[in-house]
Amino acid sequence: MTRSDHIDPNSVELLIPSDPRFLAVVRAVLRETAEMQGWDARELRAVTLAVDEACSNIIRHSYKGRADMPIWVKIRTLQGEIRVELRDLGEKIDPAKLRPRDLDDVRPGGLGIHLIRSLMDEVTYDLSEPEGNRLILVRKKSRQHEPED
Amino acid sequence: MNPRINIDVEHRSNVAVVKVAGEVDLYSSPELRKAILSQAEKRPSRLVVDLSGVQYMDSSGVATLVEGLQKLEQNGGELVLCGLGDMVQEVFKLTRLDSVFQILPSLEEALAEESAGA
Repeated sequence: MTRSDHIDPNSVELLIPSDPRFLAVVRAVLRETAEMQGWDARELRAVTLAVDEACSNIIRHSYKGRADMPIWVKIRTLQGEIRVELRDLGEKIDPAKLRPRDLDDVRPGGLGIHLIRSLMDEVTYDLSEPEGNRLILVRKKSRQHEPED
Repeated sequence: MNPRINIDVEHRSNVAVVKVAGEVDLYSSPELRKAILSQAEKRPSRLVVDLSGVQYMDSSGVATLVEGLQKLEQNGGELVLCGLGDMVQEVFKLTRLDSVFQILPSLEEALAEESAGA
């Protein structure tokens, strides 16, 4: 075995088609991977929802609903944080135009960005890719994101 | 039929009950939307959506319920949610929709309230 055969033991990578059927696959892998690192159920739910929303946004907005385009999902778990990188080759997103909607304006839709930003500590668009998008989502353990009861 | 979601519809006098089980996401929410809007068109006085079998719901599921709520209200009816598990409750809190919907703990209570109000 050469050195290049080694992979990061805390990292899992997936390549899925941009088909909504595969969102459940991402959620399942994410749950299992984070669970191995001792993330509790509430934190797991938060990360799973944020990543699911981000993948849905790629399908709907970057790929305009096309089901046969690639989405790469890289999950890296450490004791203190979980980092998920999403890469697509769709239409470039302008992060400046991504604004969560006013929650007092009750209407269907427009909640995905709000959920992602509420649930994750870092939401970063890497704009250096010549094609498509790279989104990096980080959640640190034990941060109180959830609203008060 | 979508393997990720199961939807049953029951009618009790002028109340429609939509029982949902499974995971509501971008893949399965169109099926939920179809079920809720088709019931809303029948103009029941109350549409109860029982979410006790739902383990997961994303914003497309929430958007579907908001659309159903608005449709029911336009027609003079009401939409009531019941049986929200931890995950679904968290989504409603995060989106502040827990104060917009009428949410009851169980289907029994949702139906009892209708009987008491009738």
